[in-house]
Amino acid sequence: MNRRSIFSAASAALLLSMAQGSVVFAENPLLKIGFVGVTSGPAAAWGISNQRSMETRAAWINEIGGYKIGHVMYDIEIVSFDDQKDPKRAIAGMEKMAQEGIHYVVGPNVDNGAAAVRPVAEASGIMYFPYAFPKELYTAPASNAVLGMVANYQSGPAIYKYLIDEKGVKTVAFIAANESDPLSQRDSGLAAAEALGLEAVSANVTYQVDTTDFTPVLTPVIRTNPDLLVLSGVSPANAPQLIRSARELGFEGLISTETAQDAQVLREGAGDLANGFISVGGASTPEIASDMMNEFVARYTDMFGEYNDESNTKVYALEYILATLAANPAGIDDVEEFKMTMDTFEAPNPYMKGDAVLRYVGTSSFGQRRQLSVPLVVNVFNNGEFETLLVAEVD
Amino acid sequence: MEQVIANGLYLGAQYAMIALGLTLIFALMNVLNFAHGQMYVIGGFVTYTFYGQFEIPFIFALLASCATLAILGALIERFLFGPVIRRSSREESTMLLAAGIAFLLDAVILLVFGEKQRGVPKIVNGVFNWDFRIIMPYDRILICVIAILSIVAFISFMHFSKTGRALRALAQDRVAAELMGVNVKRYSMIGFALGAMLAGLVGGLLVTITGVNLGMGGPTSIKAFLMVMIGGAGVISGAIAGGFILGMLEAVGLAVLSQYGDITYLAIFIALMVFLAIRPQGLMGKPWG
Repeated sequence: MNRRSIFSAASAALLLSMAQGSVVFAENPLLKIGFVGVTSGPAAAWGISNQRSMETRAAWINEIGGYKIGHVMYDIEIVSFDDQKDPKRAIAGMEKMAQEGIHYVVGPNVDNGAAAVRPVAEASGIMYFPYAFPKELYTAPASNAVLGMVANYQSGPAIYKYLIDEKGVKTVAFIAANESDPLSQRDSGLAAAEALGLEAVSANVTYQVDTTDFTPVLTPVIRTNPDLLVLSGVSPANAPQLIRSARELGFEGLISTETAQDAQVLREGAGDLANGFISVGGASTPEIASDMMNEFVARYTDMFGEYNDESNTKVYALEYILATLAANPAGIDDVEEFKMTMDTFEAPNPYMKGDAVLRYVGTSSFGQRRQLSVPLVVNVFNNGEFETLLVAEVD
Repeated sequence: MEQVIANGLYLGAQYAMIALGLTLIFALMNVLNFAHGQMYVIGGFVTYTFYGQFEIPFIFALLASCATLAILGALIERFLFGPVIRRSSREESTMLLAAGIAFLLDAVILLVFGEKQRGVPKIVNGVFNWDFRIIMPYDRILICVIAILSIVAFISFMHFSKTGRALRALAQDRVAAELMGVNVKRYSMIGFALGAMLAGLVGGLLVTITGVNLGMGGPTSIKAFLMVMIGGAGVISGAIAGGFILGMLEAVGLAVLSQYGDITYLAIFIALMVFLAIRPQGLMGKPWG
């Protein structure tokens, strides 16, 4: 084959592939779903696990021909915006979503970002799914925010009660990073612990967000010798270092947190010292993960090289949005229709074994259904893997 | 109190190591290298890759970090800082360039190494425990000793080697050094590579203790600048003193002020502002630059 014919063949192949691509795009209209969250800096793991979960699921849906809403098959496009954990950037991100005509946005990841975007979301007709815990976001008159995970004031009491009953815990110490999310989680955790009869022996110690060496920070806490050390709102980056420092300082009690963690990060950062560490997870442990969840993990790993256990929780938001729209297609352009559907919506939970369902909850915490029913799975880390300690349900 | 002093000495040794590279680059080129923290992070990730992933002996992984950062530093000086310094006499040009490099390296780190916190197996197991008065894991003691030995080796290199003397001459007076036959272009590149290599060395050492993640770069740079301000910009002994002073202040503050919340660095910043108002050149810096 001479050079000219090679060029002709390559050109033909290129034109053919372009034509095929355009045919695929022409077949299905696009449904844009937004993500506004932190994908850079020390807390990047939180937002990136969100974004990648959405991108993995969207690619999967598009590969099998789209998602059926009403009589139309849609291809899903994820539009992402890095808010750098800055409320001003989060507002800019939500404005960008509004400009693009997007009505459903996952994020932001932190309290102040979620609070900041509320006016923009409400004015622009956007439903958003934050991973932030302030109750006023989900309580009337607010109605556009839907909590994407289990809040610490819901998981904390379940964990403390279990540890009181099963492990005989009587005293507790709290340590938190000096920023809004961890501090508010510490305060609500402290209130829950005291309500259950635990004695708080230390609750004032905080650390800078960018701390890398926790031994000096933990030294005064460990000297109070609590039965349980709670790492309030701890980020996955800090958890292994805190655990390691606490154990090296001779702490032999229990350590827990109400945030989701990643097994590999714990394995690398703390190794066997993290054995017994209790955290909140999602539907991924072998006991409860469905075949679809396992396939999601495999596809995520194929796309990004490595899975993040935080995605066990974050896989849900996009699924809820799409399933709710499928239940009421009028919601695609009208979030009021979406809100009405939320009250009665119910669908099988594809990520859990058994007869678990997707539905909106939150009436006991917020007085209205403004929370995704994500399984409250409490994990314990042992020998490099998470094991399910208990499974519960909010509401 | 013994534990506080031990914590302070350990923190001081690692901080001094971080500040050394920054102050060396400033002394040689009058460049505020805002990307120093990112270089430290890359050093940590390289050691993580070789030691944690490929299971190559730690010492070789550490050497790989040093070599990687030395090459990166040389390239950055040769193709970025060198030309900018020659073409622009405005100091903010190099500052903006340094900030741009910091952002670029952050993006590269995210792409290459991902968003997760990374850690490596401990290089030494066990914990030194003196009757619960001083508790210090052996790996921290080892890293502290290596850091101090590295500082001594660096100072010796600067004093007794031909390259070190040339670099010091360059730092004292660039024009005079050139007139005395020092190849300014070449030694600028060597000096920048050496500063970056120090960042790689400390990143590689500390990944065994603190792990590494992509968000560490900015805060590390800020702490390094704090130390340099305390000790005096461009003065090697000042950077070392600044590192140990900051480490000790942090350890004491966290022990004494812990029950009042996270006010240690607030107190340190206030003290630093007062100190700089009285002595703007730092402890060992010269008022004329």
